[in-house]
Amino acid sequence: MVNYAYQPPGYSAATSATMSAFLRTIILCLIAAAAMASREFAVVRFESIIHEFDPWFNFRATRVLAKDGFYEFWNWFDPTAWYPLGRVVGGTLYPGLMVTSGLIWKALHTLSIPVDIREVCVQLAPLFSGLTAFATYLFAREVGNGASKEATGLWAALFIGIAPGYISRSVAGSYDNEAIAIFILMSTFYLWLKAVKTGSVAWGGVTALFYFYMVAAWGGYAFITNMLPLHVFVLLCMGRYTSRLYVAYSSFYAIGTLASMQVPFVGFLPLLTSEHMSSLGVFGLLQIVAFVQLVRSHIPAKQFKVLLRAALAVGALLAFGALWFMTKSGKIAPWTGRFYSLWDTGYARIHLPLVSSVSEHQPTAWPSFYFDLQFLVYLFPAGVYICFRELRDEHVFVIIYSVLASYFAGVMVRLMLTLTPVVCVSGAVAISSIFETYLDPVVPEPPTPVGAIVADTPISDAEALSTPSSKKGKKAASSGTSSPTPRKKRSFVPGIFGLDSRVAPLLAFTMMAGLFVLHCTWVTSTAYSSPSVVLASRNQDGSQNIIDDFREAYYWLRQNTKEDAKIMSWWDYGYQIAGFADRTTLVDNNTWNNTHIAMVGKTMSVSEEVAYPILRQHDVDYVLVIFGGLLGFSGDDINKFLWMVRISEGIWPEEVSEQKYFTSRGEYKVDGDATETMKNSLMYKMSYYRFAELYGGGPAQDRVRQQIIPNTPIQLDTLEEAFTSENWIVRIYAVKKEDPLGRDHKSANAFANGKRKKRVKTAGKKKRSSA
Amino acid sequence: MAPKRVVSRSTADSPSAVAAAASSSASTSKPAPVISPSAIAKKQSVVSTNAGFFSSLNGLWSSYLDTTPKNLKLLDSLQLFLMLTGIAQFVYCLTITNYPFNAFLGGFSATVGQFVLTASLRSQVNPANKEVFPTISPERAFADFVFGSLILHFFVYNYLG
Repeated sequence: MVNYAYQPPGYSAATSATMSAFLRTIILCLIAAAAMASREFAVVRFESIIHEFDPWFNFRATRVLAKDGFYEFWNWFDPTAWYPLGRVVGGTLYPGLMVTSGLIWKALHTLSIPVDIREVCVQLAPLFSGLTAFATYLFAREVGNGASKEATGLWAALFIGIAPGYISRSVAGSYDNEAIAIFILMSTFYLWLKAVKTGSVAWGGVTALFYFYMVAAWGGYAFITNMLPLHVFVLLCMGRYTSRLYVAYSSFYAIGTLASMQVPFVGFLPLLTSEHMSSLGVFGLLQIVAFVQLVRSHIPAKQFKVLLRAALAVGALLAFGALWFMTKSGKIAPWTGRFYSLWDTGYARIHLPLVSSVSEHQPTAWPSFYFDLQFLVYLFPAGVYICFRELRDEHVFVIIYSVLASYFAGVMVRLMLTLTPVVCVSGAVAISSIFETYLDPVVPEPPTPVGAIVADTPISDAEALSTPSSKKGKKAASSGTSSPTPRKKRSFVPGIFGLDSRVAPLLAFTMMAGLFVLHCTWVTSTAYSSPSVVLASRNQDGSQNIIDDFREAYYWLRQNTKEDAKIMSWWDYGYQIAGFADRTTLVDNNTWNNTHIAMVGKTMSVSEEVAYPILRQHDVDYVLVIFGGLLGFSGDDINKFLWMVRISEGIWPEEVSEQKYFTSRGEYKVDGDATETMKNSLMYKMSYYRFAELYGGGPAQDRVRQQIIPNTPIQLDTLEEAFTSENWIVRIYAVKKEDPLGRDHKSANAFANGKRKKRVKTAGKKKRSSA
Repeated sequence: MAPKRVVSRSTADSPSAVAAAASSSASTSKPAPVISPSAIAKKQSVVSTNAGFFSSLNGLWSSYLDTTPKNLKLLDSLQLFLMLTGIAQFVYCLTITNYPFNAFLGGFSATVGQFVLTASLRSQVNPANKEVFPTISPERAFADFVFGSLILHFFVYNYLG
């Protein structure tokens, strides 16, 4: 006879199994739908448009793929990027994203659904986030404990579906590698757990295939490359070697590594760089361990010891020799800089200003953990703790994953993305175990009848005993007219079985989960759904005002400049110019050539006279700067200016010095106190050219930096203003050709303005009147 | 995993004989007048571990011959073949040239991959491992093996030429 705290619905086992399977399907579909819907804010608010910077390149490459076919895309050499160098696009990108959306587009067209490739690209991220929810469900189900397995999976799917840490990189229009990468990451991990559990080559092979997809899709594949061997290594150290582990890892590594080298951008790196060496080392180690195990199964322990000792000596000698040889001959490349910056947060700032200048490479500020994960932040440790309690192989995996990902997320903002899935999974483990505990209707039978402290069912028992010592005695006491009879020892089952004490935590956690949904929706709608190509502001009456300066300027370029015009801008805008305006750029977001970027940085940092020859050498026709001073748009070029100075200082330290851009008190100023070097720099001049005139003699305030720009007119000799957008965010200057009379621009300009009046007074006047 | 054993066994016989000869010669001739007792003891201990080592190897070999089913031995010979092929390719790459590097990589990865797949199959069909692989029958193991080999050789194919 089982005691129930409340009566469970009386269905037969088969019926309830069918019902729960049905409900699970419905819930999963709803979760996927919610995940997709919450990413559509950007489309509803603005329009179906590709966001930000990198997605523009991906979109452009996808258009080539859709229009010209796969081979053209694969062999695509883009002469309009990195002028005059050009870029071998096919060999320097991760093609997974483009191929995925190209296939979807093709499939839709085969089904006679004439959808534009842009719509596919915009909607790809929401679509894959729905799939991510499903993959996370499968993964968490493997991790979950006992009866709450399915519940753990569903909770995890729900969390990953709406967690802002993942939404931040997968809203509609954010067409970037990460959009599909998290789905592949979670699938690979799920398949890996499955392979370890069953020890089947089939699962290991499929893991390798998904790993191949990951390598083709995202540079973060190195996370898997190191995560799986680490898992194997830890299991080996724990003495948990089984043949299953051998089968899973060996088949994964042998196929996966060979497959990963198919991606042209990766090439033979898996054999050469240190990032990939750990997986190779664990592979070798596993072979040795397997062999040793086999030998041990054949001979008695004593003889085995002798053999082992001899083998160890030979093995150590061989390994040392190989290491010496490899280092000596330089076969193994040293760690790359980006990798160093993961371990030493100061490294990038000193050695790689270019890497460090990217805002998503900055260390994470602590509030953003709460902002991106909300109550999962404090469920996370609880879930990891629960993993420690049972510590199956897959729990070891989750623990390693959470430690590594927490560290990486603390180092780099963008790696918050890899932390989010594991936080969702262990949060799901925690919350499902809470719900499992409090919803389980079964009240255990106490060993002796008098020991029952169950509050609400057996009243007859309750009067027989009192529970002053029990923590949960309140309920018994409430029923209790009974006089407390002190006992020294009673046998009872510890636990919480009363209905009211069950309801309280359930309500609390349900409410917190509800708040989580509200928080996620709010964060998604306010923080992560802006395309950043189109800006929005609120008018005073609350209506929305769209600021469309970027597109305005890019279309101006498209329609008013020659088709082969070369546009110079800071690298952030390279992809957008190529995508919107279809013009040649000098540098773009690919950032593969530090020197070329430093050259652009130098041109912006130095004075006009020094910059002009560089501009002419590179055939620059137009220079584009972003200026937010009028509107208060803080992501403008003056705020990025110090990075340009730093990067160019790295190459030409004798020509550019960061110190000279600070005032004597060490401040970064653009007002009257700005240093001469600052005021003479091309960037300053282009940004504030004729800015003071807007205010008609009043104080010209820069709304980003809250400083007053001096009234003295800025003289530009070698450039002329070609276009300034409505809110002055984008300013485009045309580079003048050499003076036809062979004068330098300064004197020609002065002549044109009639400044040098000593001898040529009349000519100057004539010129002015004609002008 | 037989190959190593086979290789080591073939070398095993001759050195043991040599060692025995050496030990006998040392005991009979005794040409050196100054041999400290500790040195003798050391020499003896070396001889005894040597003997233990080779007898262990012998024990291993005979145990392998006795207890291993025939089909596993077949797999082992395949593994030996793969290992020798792999070693030959590697030596060629190190000593002569690695010029068509992709071709070398394809060939070498094929042998390594096929080796581990065969090792996996071997451990899955090994009757001693029955409780380690509760879900995998020998037929399933062979199907897995074929599937894994197909994927492997699909990728190897891309390295030809």
